Amino acid sequence: MDQITKPTPIADGDSGPFWEGCQEEKLVIQKCKECDNHIFYPRYVCPNCMSDDLQWVEACGKGKVYSYTIARRAAHPSFKADVPYVVALIELKEGVRIMSNIINCDVEEVDCDMDVRVVFKDQEGMLIPKFELI
Amino acid sequence: MSIKHAAAIVGIGDVELERGKVIGGKSVFQIQAESAKKALDEAGISKQEVDGLFTAGLWGLPGVGQFPSAVMGEYLGIQPKYSDSTQIGGSSFEAHVGHAAAAIQSGLCEVALVVYGSTQRSDEKRLPVKPPELTGQFETPFGLPNPVGGYAMAARRHMHQYGTTSEHLAEIAVATRKWAQLNPQATKRDPLTIDDVLNSQMISDPLHLLDCCLVTDGAGAIVLVSPERAKDCKTQPIWLLGQGESHSHWSIQGMPDLTSLTAAKNAAKVAFEMAGVTHDDIDVVEVYDSFTITALLTIEALGFCRPGEGGDFVANQRTAPGGGFPLNTNGGGLSHAHPGMYGIHLLIEAVRQLRGECGDRQVEDAKLALVNGTGGTLSTASVCILGRE
Repeated sequence: MDQITKPTPIADGDSGPFWEGCQEEKLVIQKCKECDNHIFYPRYVCPNCMSDDLQWVEACGKGKVYSYTIARRAAHPSFKADVPYVVALIELKEGVRIMSNIINCDVEEVDCDMDVRVVFKDQEGMLIPKFELI
Repeated sequence: MSIKHAAAIVGIGDVELERGKVIGGKSVFQIQAESAKKALDEAGISKQEVDGLFTAGLWGLPGVGQFPSAVMGEYLGIQPKYSDSTQIGGSSFEAHVGHAAAAIQSGLCEVALVVYGSTQRSDEKRLPVKPPELTGQFETPFGLPNPVGGYAMAARRHMHQYGTTSEHLAEIAVATRKWAQLNPQATKRDPLTIDDVLNSQMISDPLHLLDCCLVTDGAGAIVLVSPERAKDCKTQPIWLLGQGESHSHWSIQGMPDLTSLTAAKNAAKVAFEMAGVTHDDIDVVEVYDSFTITALLTIEALGFCRPGEGGDFVANQRTAPGGGFPLNTNGGGLSHAHPGMYGIHLLIEAVRQLRGECGDRQVEDAKLALVNGTGGTLSTASVCILGRE
């Protein structure tokens, strides 16, 4: 039987620097030079003011659990061994939200507004940002 | 500019299901044709008069379904003057009704056919996992259960922020089942209790199996015409009085506030102002219930209660038959049917209620109905306010 592999992100012209940053264990996101708005996911123009004058900045990697769910059924056969697992929206200190998993804890421990920090985990040969409770 | 009274719904059609499946292995084209024929026949309109075609679908993908309007036009033998394949998920058809009315008002077409169908249950097809590309690259690698995971996060945040409980959500599932028990066409008609919902399998915390809509086949069609053409139709015209639509995001990550449906709020404001009616005037409400939380958030967004008060609003079976707030009177997506993009059935039920055709589940003297479709992951909304006059 073929081994079922987990999906890994397919980087593109917008997201290349973000995923490249992850490979160096850095969480880099965009910031608009015009309006100072932080931006995630990466875009060609600022969704606040449409400026194309954007820079990449390293996020501090800390934030809070905005919301989460405990997956009791795998979203894809490759996640079966992980069930139950937490999928969460993390609100970074910079103000943007990013989807990830909360790992290294019992799934029942997680709650909204808890403090978390980024950790980079290997998924099929690629480093992916995950979060753990502080 | 307003499209109030610009068009009337003069025909509706849908198909019978058996345990959530189409009868006799009909194809997704057959059931759409059957629905369209019923809708045209009851109005007394010939197919040759249809000059506006509105459809959206999830069938035939990847493949022929990429151009659903062209495909359905070919199958039905319709060459429209006005073609619209607006695809905003479950709210597409409420948007189609508004677009059709605007097209009719401006003389771009006179007879509009809106049609949808799905054989997802018979085909044993599920919503595909989003490939990890484009916006999917920020969701799929993390194993977000699609679509329930995003709705579960919204429910969790609402609970955290406002103290909403699983019991509140279960009230909606139970009340909706009571309506289904009055609808001979509904798929699930067994009695249901709050405990049944709370004890059903947890799928994606805090949503249980019985917080989730059914997965069924289904099809529906609606015919809209100009006020002039409505005079010669065989049916009682049901008027579009107000319509609004919007979308606030696509990925759940981009939803501005997980406890508030911005799109529905904005769409409702436009629709109410256009119709010139107030919440108290509405006799029956049909809203998308892909999950119990969808209905709760929608009631708040539409302005029937304040943000955060949805739990108390639906308590004590308020939305059940006899409960004072008739909601999802056909049994909803939770208990009647949910063929992927359920929005067309909300419109069909509203028209039946306004015509007084609903038998045991008829809301007495229903004159005004509000319909709200929701699509994506709480992303898109369209509101239609319909009336007898």
